Amino acid sequence: MTSIGEFIAALGHYNFLQSALLASVMVGIMSGIIGSYIILRGMSLMGDAISHSVLPGVAVAYMLGINLLIGASAFGVIAALLIGFVATNSKLKNDTAIGIVFSAFFALGFILISMAESSTNLHHILFGNVLAVSDRDLITTIIVLAIVILFIVLFFKELLITSFDETFAKTYGLKTGYVHYGLMIVLTLVTVSALQTVGIILIVAMLITPAATAFLWTNRLTTMVVLASALGALASTIGLYLSYTLNWASGPAIVLVAALIFLGSFIVSPKQGFVTKLMGVKNA
Amino acid sequence: MLKIKELTVAYTSTPVFSDLSVAFSPGKITGIIGPNGAGKSTLIKGALGLIRRTGESFVDNQLVRRVRRKIAYVEQRAALDLTFPISVFEVVLTGTYGKLGLFKSPGQTERNDVMKALEQVNLTEFRNRQIGELSGGQLQRVFVARAIVQQADVVILDEPFVGIDMKSEEEIMHVLRDWRAAGKTIIVVHHDLNKVANYFDDLLIMNHGIVAHGPVSDVYNKVNIQQAFSADLSAVLFTETEDVS
Repeated sequence: MTSIGEFIAALGHYNFLQSALLASVMVGIMSGIIGSYIILRGMSLMGDAISHSVLPGVAVAYMLGINLLIGASAFGVIAALLIGFVATNSKLKNDTAIGIVFSAFFALGFILISMAESSTNLHHILFGNVLAVSDRDLITTIIVLAIVILFIVLFFKELLITSFDETFAKTYGLKTGYVHYGLMIVLTLVTVSALQTVGIILIVAMLITPAATAFLWTNRLTTMVVLASALGALASTIGLYLSYTLNWASGPAIVLVAALIFLGSFIVSPKQGFVTKLMGVKNA
Repeated sequence: MLKIKELTVAYTSTPVFSDLSVAFSPGKITGIIGPNGAGKSTLIKGALGLIRRTGESFVDNQLVRRVRRKIAYVEQRAALDLTFPISVFEVVLTGTYGKLGLFKSPGQTERNDVMKALEQVNLTEFRNRQIGELSGGQLQRVFVARAIVQQADVVILDEPFVGIDMKSEEEIMHVLRDWRAAGKTIIVVHHDLNKVANYFDDLLIMNHGIVAHGPVSDVYNKVNIQQAFSADLSAVLFTETEDVS
């Protein structure tokens, strides 16, 4: 196993490794931010669904030679609308509607990707291939990160109140549907960026694991968002190091690190209180 | 003044009530009573346009959907996530969001309003608590404080006294009386028939439609309660009061 010193030296030598680290850290930050809202809104399953549902969009974008972000966002939003439509126009529960729509989209994506096989690699889309991040991908990721930060700064109030008390938001006249679909659009943009680092299947882990970890440590929303993005960046960096030195796939390496950080927090965090309860100290 | 005109709400093919029209007067605390499932909460949600309905509702002759900010609504203490990372202060601060509109952050004026409202409901020392660390009564007072901050002309509370302590109940009643003195229209969906005469000026008695509406002294009687609830309940309530007096 390469030492950390050697990893840092390699970072200096290899452009691809620098790009990989930059992309991973940015994806870690943006998924921590958006993931905080996803888990507070009880939408973890929705996050999983939307991230899987962009697959046909990716395939179509390849086929037509258009920007991935456009294809993916289009399908992400269509999936979110369909889920909403099925849930409100039937007696089925929301999670059932989610299950039907996203599995259908994922299946469609598989078939479309195999039709477009020449220019894409399904394995990389599914599990990420961070060491092949191009300069263009990097610029796209920077733009998406800027959009994510702008979105949560500009709509801080609206995101807070629709996450906490949607009925109240409606009574003062906020169009809560716009906030929901706005968040879904931003979520699809994050998904496309995260395709490179962790791949479609594991994106949900980047969305919910760092955010859930941060939730265990704080009672303040802004602290949670900042902490979640820091943890996302940390997991990405350590994961990338493991991936480079042990020749592991980058996505699973990053996700496992995030899960280990969660496990540690679950045991020692004051809010969860395993250790404090064991020691007989009153919950903080 | 809140006016409801020809309101019909149907969750299934049978409507909960149809063509219901009623006007709530300003400067009064109106209680809405009726048995479970009579449509009390439905009336409120229908008037606010939170559920599918036909008919219209007005505040001072303007459509409710145009002047939503003139109404403050304290929901039945309900499906809120009490683990949400938000403090008492921040919850009350959300009461200023409607007035602020998009892209504006709460400033010093809004923060001062929140501090005053917290003082009114005696929660100043709890302002930094996460909301899950409060008792039921304290939590209800937080939402009343938020309604204070909204500075609305019409305030609607759905079952505000369910499952809370006496002290909180008294403090909330105190706020309602302040609002009444300020000429606001106050509407309270209520459960406990015992305190009807103490708490309310007007009463709307419902059972899938209006049974009676008017000053408590006029409409709170054996006949109306019998019609809305049951003969047994009305017999118990009104013979007892006669015996005592």
